[in-house]
Amino acid sequence: MTTAQSSIKNRQSKIKYYWSLTKPLQTGLLLATGVAGYMSARCPISSIPTNLGLVISLFLSIAGSTVLNMWWDRDIDARMGRTQHRATSAGLVDGNEVLRVGLLLSVIGVGWAVAMDALYGLVVFAGLFFDVVVYSIWLKRRTCWSIVWGGISGAMPILAGRVLGLGSIDWIGLTLALGVLLWIPTHTLTFSMKFAKDYAAACVPTFPSTYGMEATRATIAISSVLAAIAMIVAGYGIGMEWGFLRLLGVLSAGLLMLAFAITFKPSERVNFGLFKYASVYMLAAMILVVLEVM
Amino acid sequence: MTYKIAMKISPLARVLLLLTGILAAYQISAGIDGFGIVPIIAYTIGFGVLLVAGILLIIWGFEVLDSPVVVIVSTAIPLSLATGLVWQNLASLRTPYLILAIGGFLAVTLTRSLPTPGKIPTVVLAIVHGIAGMTIFLLPIIFSVQGKTHPMFSLVGVGGALIGLGGLSLSFLKAGKPILSKELILKILPVILFLMTLCFVVGFGYG
Repeated sequence: MTTAQSSIKNRQSKIKYYWSLTKPLQTGLLLATGVAGYMSARCPISSIPTNLGLVISLFLSIAGSTVLNMWWDRDIDARMGRTQHRATSAGLVDGNEVLRVGLLLSVIGVGWAVAMDALYGLVVFAGLFFDVVVYSIWLKRRTCWSIVWGGISGAMPILAGRVLGLGSIDWIGLTLALGVLLWIPTHTLTFSMKFAKDYAAACVPTFPSTYGMEATRATIAISSVLAAIAMIVAGYGIGMEWGFLRLLGVLSAGLLMLAFAITFKPSERVNFGLFKYASVYMLAAMILVVLEVM
Repeated sequence: MTYKIAMKISPLARVLLLLTGILAAYQISAGIDGFGIVPIIAYTIGFGVLLVAGILLIIWGFEVLDSPVVVIVSTAIPLSLATGLVWQNLASLRTPYLILAIGGFLAVTLTRSLPTPGKIPTVVLAIVHGIAGMTIFLLPIIFSVQGKTHPMFSLVGVGGALIGLGGLSLSFLKAGKPILSKELILKILPVILFLMTLCFVVGFGYG
């Protein structure tokens, strides 16, 4: 292999590592909530520059904050089986370089957002700030309640999208954000139950280690129910057609059924099922919001 | 003795289940607009169970069919579809059929949840499924033949035949007396579910 070929291969590997550090699936889902939030405002959606600006600024901001989280958590990631193979914790990429890339993505993303609309930029910045500073740096290693702040940051893209479309913050935007905020525990808490030993080894306080499995399951069930209610209320507020509301109701019923199952017949399989179903639920809810407007 | 239903779900089966879910979602959101309140509720339940079941099959695989809850929940599909059909097409039987459907569902739920002697749970299940299945199979075909509805409405009957075929195959499999091999039944189940939903969606479009 020539030096040039080796250099290309190294660069390709690096791009692959950095791509994985942005958690493409999670970022994609949050991006989808942002686009849905924007479209929920029933604003003129044919503006290509605004659409592109929304997608790029949100993607860069979410990806940037995710990369910064990975950089900050690389020591605890290295102690957990689930995350020890990440490029940051496995030492496949230079820590300082990861920090620079994360900051660069974040600055460009937030800067772009502010340039598009000051309030939109503020909400995008709030999401990044809550995620990196409040959740990861300040609270994650101190209290299991850090997930609330992680949840708030996860709810910011949908609020940001709506703010960009509407020009202000309204109750529908806040309800949509609440729906996402309440949906996030089905993910984070299921993970913390499944990988309880990993988190214990890394000394990261979690709901299961602080309050026990039963309370954690109850929390997941309650938050799932409330998330479903919030999404239906938001759907009604947007002015969703009855057909779409019916469909949202059916999907919500599935979520409630699994929340019921996790409370009264708990098992790892049901946990996993709820975790997966919740992702499908949120994606479907976002698609319905988009279809409603189109 | 009952057989455990464990088999890895193939990518093709996942795609078919996804398409089944999309068709059911379409029917709930757009395919039943303009119907009366009771048919809308009935079809929403029927297609809703299909939709959620399709998603859960994709997530959990065929093992989900081992759950005793499946028997109860799956009863809701033919019962609700049959109730919707009767409500729309046989005005004189609306109330008796609605009572029969609710009573049948409760009977299946109770006999499957509480300790019930002998073959009562099986007999109850066979009666309830038999009545609902025959309604879905015969009503659209008879009405189409009589010219009371568009000929394509008979596709709902074809869907009813397919749901019966799938239900019977699974029932015999679970009872430990499979009429076809387990592999074949689980292989064709997603195909049956997809074709059945397609028939329902197209047929109801002409109903």
